[in-house]
Amino acid sequence: MNAAIFSAENLTCRRSDHLVFRGLGFEVPVGGALILLGPNGSGKSSLLRLLAGLLKSETGSLSWGGEKLSSDREAHAGRLHYLGHQDALKPVLTVRENLLFWARLHEPTVADAVVDAALAALTLTSLADLPAKLLSAGQKRRLALSRLLAAKAPLWLLDEPSVGLDVASVARLEAMIAEHRSAGGIVILSTHVELDLPGAEQLHLGSFAP
Amino acid sequence: MTRLWTIVQRDLRLALRQGSDSLMVVGFFVLTVTLFPFGLGPETNLLERTSSGILWVTALLASMLSLDRLFLADYEDGSLELLTLTPTTLEILVIGKVMAHWLTTALPVMAAAPILALLLHLQEDGFATLMLTLLLGTPTLSLIGAMGAALVLGARRGGVLLSLLILPLYIPVLIFAVGAVDAAVQGLPVKGHLLILGGILLAALPLAPLATVAAVRQAVE
Repeated sequence: MNAAIFSAENLTCRRSDHLVFRGLGFEVPVGGALILLGPNGSGKSSLLRLLAGLLKSETGSLSWGGEKLSSDREAHAGRLHYLGHQDALKPVLTVRENLLFWARLHEPTVADAVVDAALAALTLTSLADLPAKLLSAGQKRRLALSRLLAAKAPLWLLDEPSVGLDVASVARLEAMIAEHRSAGGIVILSTHVELDLPGAEQLHLGSFAP
Repeated sequence: MTRLWTIVQRDLRLALRQGSDSLMVVGFFVLTVTLFPFGLGPETNLLERTSSGILWVTALLASMLSLDRLFLADYEDGSLELLTLTPTTLEILVIGKVMAHWLTTALPVMAAAPILALLLHLQEDGFATLMLTLLLGTPTLSLIGAMGAALVLGARRGGVLLSLLILPLYIPVLIFAVGAVDAAVQGLPVKGHLLILGGILLAALPLAPLATVAAVRQAVE
């Protein structure tokens, strides 16, 4: 068992006046995966946004490698990829342009070969020069997922990554996650379908409801 | 810095492919200015005296017209929250977006301004100063406007709210820009007006992005 690299303790999330969860904590080791479970509205998305730094916890803290994540947003942003419900694609840009934009923002020196490899990994190569507005929902999702591969980041926060994906693409997603973990990366995701993630731990958000 | 260029490039490409915003802004500017000779009558003296004010007020309204789209598209498709998760200071990205906004809206307005100034019988002496005031003043408009655009994200009828928030803040720019052109026409020194316009720009350059960033973070929360 590796030492925990990413951990949280005593997190509290409040959306306007509604307390979503409190006293939430977890530890994820190097190469670990954490699956967030719970009914709709139990705070899975809120927790992922909180871990990404989009939301602030009222109490408690997050630590990375034993050090508290303080106000250094940029360092934290540099080590994570967040995939929300929306794909953040511009319909008039081509598939490649969309991906290149996000990859360059994350890593200005990203090589074209890496971007092409990311497209190939999600079988988007043949669509690379099409405008994104012509993609189907599943293809858009795959393009959003290709961001994870185009720029490296150790922490993946995925909010229902398999929505809209066909069976073959779900298998590709599982393989992506497995490879990421074997390279020492961490995945925290919420899902309503069974994903094959060997050795993943589960976090039931229902047990932290107020 | 490369990231700044990345975002300017993307926004320019988006504006170029969609095309509508820049055209709409220039179209509004040209049409509204041409309404004045009809409304005020063809009397040259009257137009001559009011031309700098007409041009500036219209330019200001035109620049505001496209502001509500500045962050809204990114907000709606989830890009904005990813932008806040970029490993760089968000101010850089905001400045990039403002630069792209200026290039796609203010620059076309500046290109149309001399022709419209002719139509309004602006005296020859005023042309150079008019262009200078536009060059110094419109970036300030974009910077202040970005602040408002970020503040009204998520609000219903944000466009109307935006104009109520932003127009009062545009007044200083308007006063000194029109003052400069009038001074030039009357043969008075314009340096003081231009320096104040430059000063406002220098103050807005660091301050407006700070406020914009705070508003953007609030919006994606």
